[in-house]
Amino acid sequence: MSTPVRGMRSGRWDVLQAQLRERPSLVLVGVLLVLVLVIGVARPGTVGGTWVANTILFAAPLGIVAAGQTLVMLTGGIDLSVAAVMTATAYVAASQSYFGSIRAVLLALAVGLAVGVLNGLGVAIFRVQPLIMTLGTGLVIAGSLLVYSLNVSHQGPPAVPDIVRFIGAGKLLGIIPVSAFLWGALALIVIVGLRQTGYGRLIYAVGDNPVACRLAGVRSWLVLLVTYILCGFLSGVAGLVLVGAINAADLSLGDVYLLPSVAAVVIGGTSIYGGNGGYTGSLLGALILTVLSSLFTLLDAPDPLKQILYGAIVVLLAALYVRTAGDTR
Amino acid sequence: MAQPVSRKPRATNFPRLLRRHAWTLGTFSLFIAVMIFTLSIHPDYGPYEVRSLVVGALPLAFCAVAQTCVVLGGGIDLSIGAMMAVANVVAARYMFHHDFQTALLVAFLVLIGGTLAGGFNGLIALRTRVPDIVVTLAMSFVWGGVALLILPRPGGGAPDAFMEIASGNLFTPWLPNGLILLVGVVALVWIPIKLGRIGLALYAVGSDRTAAFRRGVRIGPTRVFSYGLGGFFAACGGLALMMSTGIGSPLAGTIYTLSGVSAIVLGGVSLAGGRGGVVGPIVAAFVLTLVPADLILSGTDPNLGQVIQGSLIVLVVMAGGLAPLLRSRVTRKTEEPTVSAPA
Repeated sequence: MSTPVRGMRSGRWDVLQAQLRERPSLVLVGVLLVLVLVIGVARPGTVGGTWVANTILFAAPLGIVAAGQTLVMLTGGIDLSVAAVMTATAYVAASQSYFGSIRAVLLALAVGLAVGVLNGLGVAIFRVQPLIMTLGTGLVIAGSLLVYSLNVSHQGPPAVPDIVRFIGAGKLLGIIPVSAFLWGALALIVIVGLRQTGYGRLIYAVGDNPVACRLAGVRSWLVLLVTYILCGFLSGVAGLVLVGAINAADLSLGDVYLLPSVAAVVIGGTSIYGGNGGYTGSLLGALILTVLSSLFTLLDAPDPLKQILYGAIVVLLAALYVRTAGDTR
Repeated sequence: MAQPVSRKPRATNFPRLLRRHAWTLGTFSLFIAVMIFTLSIHPDYGPYEVRSLVVGALPLAFCAVAQTCVVLGGGIDLSIGAMMAVANVVAARYMFHHDFQTALLVAFLVLIGGTLAGGFNGLIALRTRVPDIVVTLAMSFVWGGVALLILPRPGGGAPDAFMEIASGNLFTPWLPNGLILLVGVVALVWIPIKLGRIGLALYAVGSDRTAAFRRGVRIGPTRVFSYGLGGFFAACGGLALMMSTGIGSPLAGTIYTLSGVSAIVLGGVSLAGGRGGVVGPIVAAFVLTLVPADLILSGTDPNLGQVIQGSLIVLVVMAGGLAPLLRSRVTRKTEEPTVSAPA
């Protein structure tokens, strides 16, 4: 009797696995719900409207920078300069706020765009490996920011412009975070753009098979260039949202976002080798990572332990994804 | 691939030798150029300066060798800086107020621990099939946390005799012990490996995993070995950090991960794996240490150090990519292999 039962069980498991492979985001939603449940059980009464709003508020910078990272990873690259760009835009916006909010925001975004152009030129035209190129630009940005911070004329202390604070920390009707709208809009553009536009399809194509793209007459360099520029821009926006939420800028503000930006994308099922994945997963990945750190905060774990658990769970989640959804390569 | 397949002795072929080691020679020339510049702005360059250069470059040199071992095997370990920090704080905590013998024992245990930690990274990457970058980036958090658990804030110390291993001079003031230590350790560990079967396997797995698998190379053990070797040299780097700074610092390692990658890139190791050696990265580590020192000497803002380091990497790699005569085939190999390899 035992054999057919086992057979049936494994059959059901197969079907389940096949479905999960078909819709990998279900696994992520499941993980997210489990984490929320754990918080609900560990600290009853925490999970509520305000908690959800705050979680989204803190997930927004990560979600936005993960959008840029997703695009780059879909082409088979990686951008290690995102954290430096976030810090730079945040700091520039805060230090230039004396001259007016608009100028501060525009200058900050210009920094993001400039780094994106630099990365794009290196990767697309000079064929430098993305890891090296973005590592180099990350160092250049961090160093330049240090010099800038020492030489910037101090007309008053760095202050976060009002408009940035409104975008980063403001809440409509006292509950809905403004950054949720920004994040939602950007997410919609990225998701629809990747699916529906020619450029979106080309990102997948270039990441999947660069040789075939070249043979098919695709201007891969243009696709790569635009992708890195977009990533720089999105990192810049993420930096602004972050500085708005925190309401203070320093020279290492965005540094902690380097691992999460990569982890969110990988947990979300985008292959680091390119051509496979999408932004929906990264979005869920960003939420999962944010809920995870809020869980650690609630449990009042000491910092080193928090860090260890965070790293371990990122590996576990990535491994879980590879197991359930098949080899992401 | 220019990897030696047969180990038959062959007649010395100078153009070929030159071509194969062109990048290393280029790194040497860069070092000499920077050195000439240093001498021109600082004419009374003496033993003291040599010593501080060697002591300053020692941790980075070991870190670069560690990363080289991993990258040659086709992986990358972004947790090397954090492992160095762990080695550093363990040394600082357990050597403090002890004699030289205890310090040496601690150092020995740290080296074993480092090897195991590196191997552990490799094992995780192998078992979970999660890309190396992601695993080791996450592990850098884990090791960073471990370092903070061992020593929450900078402190500790080591007996003076232990510090002398790097900063003293046994023979002449012009030849600091640190240099002997570096060359000795790397030669003792690396040369037997490179000449043996395992070194060949390492290069084979790094340059083409599928081909190596079909030739009967055991991929898994080789990859774990390369990570373990990386962990060993990372532990050396942590101890060197102890010797050069005399203090344990749980956060000191973070900059070394990125600088280490910079050094191997400058040193001509292909991040695609299977190409390069340890000499180039070591020389590159000295270049990367000398440049910020020059900035201070020449009165430039020393905070520009990072900017120069970043630009140097990018420019050198661009130049390397644009000089097809130097590395004709490597430029074609910039894309990661898209075929899935048996891991």
